This record gives sequence, C-alpha cells and structure tokens, in this order.
Amino acid sequence: MKTMIRIYTVLVYVFLYLPIAVMILFSFNSINSTGVFGGFSLRWYRELFRDSETLNALKNSIIMAVLSSLIATVVGTAAAVGIDKMRSRWLKSVTLTVTNIPMVNPEIVTGVSMMLLFVFASRLVRISGVLGFWTLLIAHVTFNLPYVILSVLPKLRQIDPHLQEAAQDLGCPPLKSFFLAVFPTIVPGVLTGAIMAFTLSLDDFVISYFTNGPEFQTLPIRIFSMTKKRVTPDIYSLSTMLFAAILLLLIIINVLQAQSEKQQSKKKYY
Amino acid sequence: MKRRFACTLVFTLLASFVIPLLVLSAEAQDETVGSGYINVFNWGEYIADGSDGSINVNEEFTRRTGIKVNYSNFATNEDMYAKLKSGGVAYDVIIPSDYMIARLIEEGLLQKLDFSNIPNYSYILDEYKNIYFDPNNEYSVPYAVGMVGLIYNTKMVDETPDSWSILWDEKYANKILMFNNPRDAFAIAQFLLGMSVNTTNPEDWDRAAEKLKEQKPLVQSYVMDEIYNKMESGEAALAPYYAGDFLSMQQNNPDLALVYPKEGTNIFVDSMCIPVTAQNKKAAEMYINFLLEPEIALANAEYICYASPHKAVVENPEYSLAGNEVIYPPEEAKANTEYFHNLPKETLEYMTQKWNELKIGGSNNISIYIGLVVVVVVVVAAFVIRTIRKKRQNAYIDGPAGDK
Amino acid sequence: MNKSSIGARLAAAPYLVWSVLFVVAPLLMVVYYAFTDDSGNFTFLNFAQLGSYSDVFVRSIWFSLIATVVCLVLAYPVAYLIAMRHERTQRVLVMLIMLPMWMNFLLRTYSWMAILEDTGVINSILSKLGLSPVHMINTPGAVILGMVYNYLPYMILPIYSVLAKLERSMIEAAQDLGANRWQVFTRIILPHSMPGIASGLTMVFVPSVSTFYISQKLGGGKFDLIGDTIERQFQTSYNYHLGAAISFVLMVLILVCMAALNKFAADDEGGLLI
Repeated sequence: MKTMIRIYTVLVYVFLYLPIAVMILFSFNSINSTGVFGGFSLRWYRELFRDSETLNALKNSIIMAVLSSLIATVVGTAAAVGIDKMRSRWLKSVTLTVTNIPMVNPEIVTGVSMMLLFVFASRLVRISGVLGFWTLLIAHVTFNLPYVILSVLPKLRQIDPHLQEAAQDLGCPPLKSFFLAVFPTIVPGVLTGAIMAFTLSLDDFVISYFTNGPEFQTLPIRIFSMTKKRVTPDIYSLSTMLFAAILLLLIIINVLQAQSEKQQSKKKYY
Repeated sequence: MKRRFACTLVFTLLASFVIPLLVLSAEAQDETVGSGYINVFNWGEYIADGSDGSINVNEEFTRRTGIKVNYSNFATNEDMYAKLKSGGVAYDVIIPSDYMIARLIEEGLLQKLDFSNIPNYSYILDEYKNIYFDPNNEYSVPYAVGMVGLIYNTKMVDETPDSWSILWDEKYANKILMFNNPRDAFAIAQFLLGMSVNTTNPEDWDRAAEKLKEQKPLVQSYVMDEIYNKMESGEAALAPYYAGDFLSMQQNNPDLALVYPKEGTNIFVDSMCIPVTAQNKKAAEMYINFLLEPEIALANAEYICYASPHKAVVENPEYSLAGNEVIYPPEEAKANTEYFHNLPKETLEYMTQKWNELKIGGSNNISIYIGLVVVVVVVVAAFVIRTIRKKRQNAYIDGPAGDK
Repeated sequence: MNKSSIGARLAAAPYLVWSVLFVVAPLLMVVYYAFTDDSGNFTFLNFAQLGSYSDVFVRSIWFSLIATVVCLVLAYPVAYLIAMRHERTQRVLVMLIMLPMWMNFLLRTYSWMAILEDTGVINSILSKLGLSPVHMINTPGAVILGMVYNYLPYMILPIYSVLAKLERSMIEAAQDLGANRWQVFTRIILPHSMPGIASGLTMVFVPSVSTFYISQKLGGGKFDLIGDTIERQFQTSYNYHLGAAISFVLMVLILVCMAALNKFAADDEGGLLI
C-alpha cells in the first residue's frame, strides 16, 4: 500500500513537471520548432535578448508588482488593524464579506466588472483612453488587498489587546505605541501578505487582460499576444529563465529557513 | 518570527532587482518626455520587426523622430472594432480592412487626414485611390492589399484542389483549419453557395450558417494567426487564409501550396487610419508618412509578403516579390473576387448571433446531460442520507437515558 | 473612547472607500449592464437570449466537474503522503508542488499544446517507436487535462494543510482501540480532511468553470466554455450587455455552488465528529 502511494505520488510529480521539462528542453532547440528537437543551441536565448518588447514587458511587470504590492500592503495592513478594532459587528461582517468578493468571484468576472466601471466612468467624463497604467494599478491593488488583509488579521487576533494600552498608559503616543507594541508581532503576516500580493500581481493575466492599455503591457499580456501569432521557441527560453529565477529564490528561502531553525534549536539545546 | 530573516532577505533581493530597473525606466522616460508617444494598433505579423535581417520599423521610427511607438496587435477586424468602440483605449494609428473602415467612417469614429502632412501619399498607385469605402480619399491610406486563398499541404493532400468544397471533405477531418472570425468564415460558405458576401437577406445567412455547422465536426480548430505554426509544422493540411501570409509560411515549409478556388474569393485592402480619439494626430500622420517612405515600405512589403499599393515598391528592381503570381495574380484570376462591404446594422447583428451559435453549439452529446443529472441525483441523495443519519444519531444521543 | 481606537478605526477608512469604489461599484456595473440595452433602457432581453447559451453552461459545468473530481483523486494520496513525512521533507515537497504554479499559466498551457499535437512531442516519440499516432489535441479530454494540470496544486495544498495539522496521536489512539486501517481512514482521517477537500473543490471548480484560454488553446475553439463566451462578447462581438448578463449568471451560479458546498462541508464535520 505504502509503495503504491509512493509510486502514485511520483507519477503526479512527473505530471506536474512534464510540460516544464518540455519547455526547458525545447528552449535549447536549434531549429524553429516546438514539436521536433533538432539539436542543442542557445539561439533562442539570443533571440530573446534582442526582443526589446518582451524585456520591456518584463520590466513593466516588475514595476507593477512592486507598486501594487506596496500599496496593497500599506492600505491592507491599516485596514486589518481597523477591522480588528471595529465595534459594530454588522460593519465588521459586511467588510469581511466585501473583502472576500475578489477572492471568491471568478477572475474573468472581476476583470470584466472593472473594465465596465472604467469604460462607464470614462464615458461620463468624456475622456477616451483611460485603460492603461493607472487602471491596471487599481485592478492589481484591488485583487491584492484581500490577501494582505487575510494574512494580517489572524496575527492581530493573537495580540494581547492590553499591550498597546499599557504602552499608552506609560505615555507613549498612539501611533508610536502601535509601531512599538503591535507591529513587531504582525510583521510575519504583513510580509506573507506582501509576498503573496507580489507574486499574484506578477502572474496575473485574466484581470490585466481586461484592464490594460497599449501604453503599459505586462509580461503575461505580452505572452498572450505572442501565442496568438507565429510562436518561436524563444517563448520557451523566456519561461526557462523565469523558472530558474523562481527556483533559485525558493532554494534561498528554504536554506535560510532551515538555518534559522537550526540556530533556534541550538539555542534551546544549550 | 523565524521567517522574518528570510523574508527580509527576499525583499532585499527583490529590491536589488527592482531599483536599478526603476532608475533605468525613469531615465528612459526622460528621453521621450518632450516628444511623446503614439499608440499603433495593427494586425499580428503585419510589420517588419527586425528579424531575418529586416528593418525593425517601429524602432527605426523612434530613432528618427524620438517618438515612442506603443505597438499592439489585434487578430480580427471585429476585435479591433470592439476595443476602439469601447473608448477605453485611445489609438493614434489603426490599420483595419476596407469594410471595417466603411463602418468606422459611418459611425464617426475616424477623423479626416491632413494630407499635407503625408506627402508620401503620392506614391500610392492610382488603382488604390478612390476605392468604395473612402471614395474621396479623406480618411485612409492603403497599407497592403491581398486576397484570400486556399492553402494546402501537398504532402497531405493528394489532389490539386480547385474548390472551397474540399474544406467539407470528410477525408480531411481534423486536418482542416477555419477562420476564427465571422466575416471571413461566412464568406467561404457564401462563395461555395454562390451567394454574395454582402447579402442582406437573412435566409442567405441562415444557409451559410448551416453550411458552417455542417463543417464544424471536421474542423481541427478555428484560428487566426495561430495558423502559422499549424500549417508550417504539418499539424493541419488545409486552411483558407490571406495569400500574403501563405508566402511567409511557404518560406518555412516548401510543401505548402495555394490556389484561388473557382467559386471566387475575397479581395481586400488594409489601410491606415486615425481614430477621432487619437491623442497625437501630428505624430500619427508622421508615422503614416514614415511607413510610406520607399525603403520602409519595401522592407515591410518584403517582410509581410502582401501585395503593395506603393509605386516605388512595385517598380523597385530589388523587390523580390515583384510579379509573384500569388500576390499579384493576373487579371483573369481576379475576375471572381468580391470586396466586403459594410453591412446594415440588423444584418451585422444577425451575423454575429449566427456566429455565436456556431461557436457555442453542437458538440454536446446526450451523455453530458445524463452525467449531469446523475451527479445532481447523487449529491442530493448523499445530502438526504446524511441528514437522516444525523437525525437518527441525534435521536439516539438525546434519547431516554435508559436506552443506553 | 480613547484616541487609539478612533485612530485604529480610521485606519480602515481608505480600504473601505477603495472597496466601495473598486469592488462594489464594478459589480453594480455588471448588474446595470446586464439589465439595460444600448440606449440605457431597462430590459430583460439579455437574459432572454441566454436560452441559446444553455449548451455552453452545461458543457462548462460538466467539464469542470470532471476536472475537479480528477483533481481530487490525484491530489488526495499525494497530500496524504506529504503530510506523513518529516517536517523538512514536507517543506521541500510542498515547494515542489508550488513551483509550477509560479510559472505563467499561459506558458504552461501552451506547452501542453506542443506536447499533445498530432505533430507534437508524444506523437513524434510514438512514431519513432513505430507506433501509430494518437489524436489528443482539440478534444474535450485535452481541455479537461488542461484544467486538471493548471489547478491541481489548488487541490493538493489545502488538503495537505489540513492533514498536516491532524494529530498523529489520534490515529495511534484509534489503532490502539483496535481500528483497522480502513476504519482509521474513514472514521478519522477522511472526516478531518473535509474542510480541506471543500476548499480544494471550490478552488479548482471556480477557475475551471470560468477559464477561457485553456479551451481556446487545447480545444481548438470548438468547445466554447462560459469564459470564452464572455470574452467574445467583450473583445470581439462588442455586446457588453449580453456579456454582463452571462457574467451575472456565472457569478450567481458560483455563489450558489459555494453556499451549498459550505453547508455540506459544515454539516459533514458536525455530523461525523459526534
């Protein structure tokens, strides 16, 4: 039984990595084909680095991810603090329901609804061409916010409510007492939320598809328009490099985590 | 807490990635602030992009004028229309086809060009002036010209087709590609049925829709520019598509061939226009004029392989496609061709509806419905059983103490 | 009321304004467009037209139901196995599940297309081995495969996280009391993993039923799903009102499904914990 489950699991992992392996293999293809392997070459990596539009889209994606996750983290953390302190049960539950909407709703409905809003608003004020950087930023912040709030809220619930009061009783101003007494405890939640927001924003296609404009195209949008045309293996070299970057990042995180754990267990030991 | 260190490090790493990029982009923007940018909306694979030693036209424009080009693609005229009509995006230059230009003019979405800013217009051949969709040459400048042909793979198709009817031949089931836009797809059926592509009679559209429905089980997939990979790799054997694109496919797969079927085919002109929402009309006209510069027009014509309406291109001795029978067919081959015209609103709506029905309908078989019913019954049954069991359990627990 | 609580409550104000503007208002726009025509008059016509779209709804729900069930079958043993490992192995295994999720989903789907095509990777291997080719692309199976592949991690992760929290002492206690393996599984492990299964089911079903790229690439545009239909109304047919009506129905459909599932899962837990 145990070996069966083990084989099964290995097969599922193979399934998960099969397309990625194919992508990596064909990114080194020497001929222009995504189905037949003609030999090893770095041709498509050179092609990729010449493709200024794709590199520009990559840059745009990173800018968008950083900005939207920063805004979402600040607004979302503040919101979580506020929600935690809300006295009216009704307001609290309404707020939490609204927070859940972007997570529950299908992405396509979120995208479409925001596009309708932008188009409608732009018709009201008779401006054309609103879809662009700002609408994209609004959309990204909107779908990032719930993830930040929901990763900060549980941390806030763990805090002793008297902590901040005690600090204030000792003469500490409210904002300072928040940063001294509350903030350090919720930092892990804030960081988790920020990282989630960053990756979500980096990877989003569906919502961006409906809210982007020609001036500011992110990488997923660029990839979409690439797969609508003649596709060459340089798209694979792009994904191989993204894969390598993510893998590296994950390994670093993992190693660091293991180390800090080791240190902690040592401390306990002594 | 233990994650804190790791997280901080990740962020430092990210920051070290991002900050240089931000600085770079700030610098890049500074350069172009004075000269602005234009948004160009064009068909995919429809401009020389610098590959295979051609000129990268957009970069060349930026290099010469300092104006940045935000270049994006559409796959069909209808996609372009939906984007433009929404008003959500403002384009400075668009390159739609004839019938769509007629529609845009009718709906007041295009503005008149200032031809004093486009002196290169004099290069346009006379036969491409005063065409029906822009009779007074006010709104558009021809970019490329073409016809729809039947492309086939000689290794996979034994006969030499001469009729659109081969796209309905069951022998080639799952090897046939079809246009993924209503106007072009209906046109194939309409030519085959011997009706005009500009008919306003709903019954004609019904018959054409029936014909397409008949074809759907044989179709491998509905495509636009995805056709390149599928035809070049031999994934599909037969497809109707634009003749110019055929030439560029043939460069990668010499087994491909093209015929103009005997029932007739569509001829089209794609022209450059400026929408009323354009935000930088001067620059847009500069761009149009730039595309008509003889060496740029030549580079484009060589790259996209469509017939050129440009005098200096067709007369240039270095033009490798000069006189090519596929894109410059003899007059008698053109005899059977028809332009698309803009259709009245009701006909357009009817066509869109028929197209929707074609795309959504058909392939459900009865087992899906049975399956869904079974699932619903099972879920409801499970729910009922669970509720009953729970009630019994509760009754047992809450029951008189003596029972235990 | 002291100062800090006023300050703290004001902290949520920007977010509240933001949600009203960019979460609530857009949804109202969907409702508005769904119930009006081109000239802005109230109408039910958009919904009346939906009759001809019933095929699409049935097909989408059926495909995504199959995908969800396949995901569950694939995911459960894997999640179980991961949860029973040492903590460090667990972390590596979970990371390996998450890694493909971080790849762009368009690229992952496109790569499947290259694998499944008639001239693709599998068939070229088959023909090298002298076997006859198998037609896989542009079939319902390919579309479902795309859904399963893209959303499988969303099933594994929640089940794993519930199972990982399961106290091993409970299993041991049950074994000490003479329960066999099957009983331990059905009485202890399975009931406890229900919340994970429930959230996995929604996390796979919702994106599957509303996807539009997968069916276009792996189904050849022949098996239109709800997502494709919505996308076409907005990006090609320029019929925002019909598109909004379909979106509205999709939204309601998913809310009903989720409510039913939540009730079911909550019921289950309560029922079996006794």
